[in-house]
Amino acid sequence: MARFEQDVAVYDSRRPDEPPDAHSRPTSEPAWVKWTLIGIAVLFLAALLLLPLLTVFTQALSKGIGTFLAAFTDPAGAAAIRLTLLVTAIAVPLNLVFGVCAAWAIAKYEFWGKSFLTTLIDIPFSVSPVISGMIYVILFGANSVLYPYLHDAHLQIVFAVPGIVLATIFVTFPFVARELIPLMQDQGTAEEEAALSLGANGWQTFWRVTLPNIRWGLLYGVLLCNARAMGEFGAVSVISGHIRGKTNTMPLHIELLFDSYNFAGAFAMASLLALLALVTLVAKTLLELRYGDELAATRRH
Amino acid sequence: MAASLTRSTSLASDSLVRTARRRRAWSFVKPSVIPGFGVTLGLSLTYLTLVVLIPLAGMAIRSAALGPAELWRLATDQRTVNALWVSFGSSLVAALVNVVFGLVVAWVLVRYSFRGRRLLDAIVDLPFALPTAVAGIALSTLYGPSGWIGAPLSHLGIKIAYTPAGIVIALIFIGLPFMVRTVQPVLEELEQELEEAAATLGANRFQTITRVILPRLLPAILTGFALAFARAVGEYGSVIFIASNIPYKSEIAPLLIVIRLQEFNEPAASAIGMVMLVIAFVMLLVINLIQAWARRRYGAV
Repeated sequence: MARFEQDVAVYDSRRPDEPPDAHSRPTSEPAWVKWTLIGIAVLFLAALLLLPLLTVFTQALSKGIGTFLAAFTDPAGAAAIRLTLLVTAIAVPLNLVFGVCAAWAIAKYEFWGKSFLTTLIDIPFSVSPVISGMIYVILFGANSVLYPYLHDAHLQIVFAVPGIVLATIFVTFPFVARELIPLMQDQGTAEEEAALSLGANGWQTFWRVTLPNIRWGLLYGVLLCNARAMGEFGAVSVISGHIRGKTNTMPLHIELLFDSYNFAGAFAMASLLALLALVTLVAKTLLELRYGDELAATRRH
Repeated sequence: MAASLTRSTSLASDSLVRTARRRRAWSFVKPSVIPGFGVTLGLSLTYLTLVVLIPLAGMAIRSAALGPAELWRLATDQRTVNALWVSFGSSLVAALVNVVFGLVVAWVLVRYSFRGRRLLDAIVDLPFALPTAVAGIALSTLYGPSGWIGAPLSHLGIKIAYTPAGIVIALIFIGLPFMVRTVQPVLEELEQELEEAAATLGANRFQTITRVILPRLLPAILTGFALAFARAVGEYGSVIFIASNIPYKSEIAPLLIVIRLQEFNEPAASAIGMVMLVIAFVMLLVINLIQAWARRRYGAV
């Protein structure tokens, strides 16, 4: 008996990950295949993802730190940064509230037409960003039915900040809901029911039971939403009118600088957004490492 | 006494269940003790309608008002048809490249352990987080005649930036995470026992991979392909910097929409938009059908 257990222990100790004689395992490939595949994957990801990222930072600093900083102190550059922050500060909180509401209704109840509603929420992901901007141009633009009323009320939407905000809201619309729905469906309703039966009211249940359970998924959804809101180009490009210093967001300002051959300036501005993307990725990786279980349901894109 | 008591309670609970069931059959939502259904669903639907549904319907109505003949004339205009061909053709090539390399990357990330694996895993999400304009200027510099990759290639007589190959590179960049992140979780949950069984039945490793593993991955591969393709068709920001944007030759459909809008030719823009929307919805439908088929066949995706 003792011997048998020892055998098992020996067998088990060889099992994890890499056995010393990899060739003897029929469910793994020969070493040369393995290293060739790893080589292909590394080269492919380096050429497609890592080198572009490095290009952004080296090009940004290619003309020295002075030129790099000048891109942000330049009035048009500073205005672009301010506008991007303003638009994000409006769009992200609105989509956050919507995302939580939609996830609550969809995950905690069974109702007719639920899967159809889920599909509708996904629409902005499957629409070209250019179309996302165009629909607002058609709805509020100079040739639209609404335009005379808007004009009388001195409301300008197209080629102005409200249009940029609307287009940004549209493209970042599903992020929070998309992260929360599978997570909340996975968690079920037992804990909320327990809280309610112990006398908590709806708000207390949400703040003290549901929110702590979903906070990391919510944070991740908001991070993605924020990255996309600050970086949206196509939709905003269509509706903004590219008025320098007024309706140019950071991505539009990058295009302007790049097209006027101010590469160092364009990449300096781009490096800010690339940095934001890196922060988003690092936060995502840390969240997954630390709270992998709580995010498990969302690990499908 | 005890028996009659249980019988009467069971009768009472029976009738309760029956009323509950009857009520469920009649009502729009399954009864629940959790509060807030009306508020959250109402808010979500209102927001969804205002931000997404009305603007999209506006564009549909606007292009329907043109009448079928005019719509057909605009959609079959030679420049439009060429732009659609460029968009769909290069998206198809890019999605096929992503099927091959995305599969290799997913395989390497799931099956092998090596130094730097976590970094590779994290960087795969970069295209989700990096703004498209930043990706566009970085790729066009990197693959341009004086870039780190473009310069050595131009010595060999190969041009990538400002050729159709450049469009494909940008679309591969955009689509890669869709492929990897769709295949990866399925590969992670594949039972190793299946491969062991195949091996004990005399299959060599190549047969096991092509006849056992790949068929199980097929639904995920098709879904990833469709997602990457759909995203690529609508892509604007990263492509316009690396493409030469020559009408009839290397002009993508979203760019033509932008050009038409700048000419205040909204009917032409919305006709192109409608064609792209219809195709995007067909793609969405295909994805859902693939997933339904896979669920029937393999349980869950």
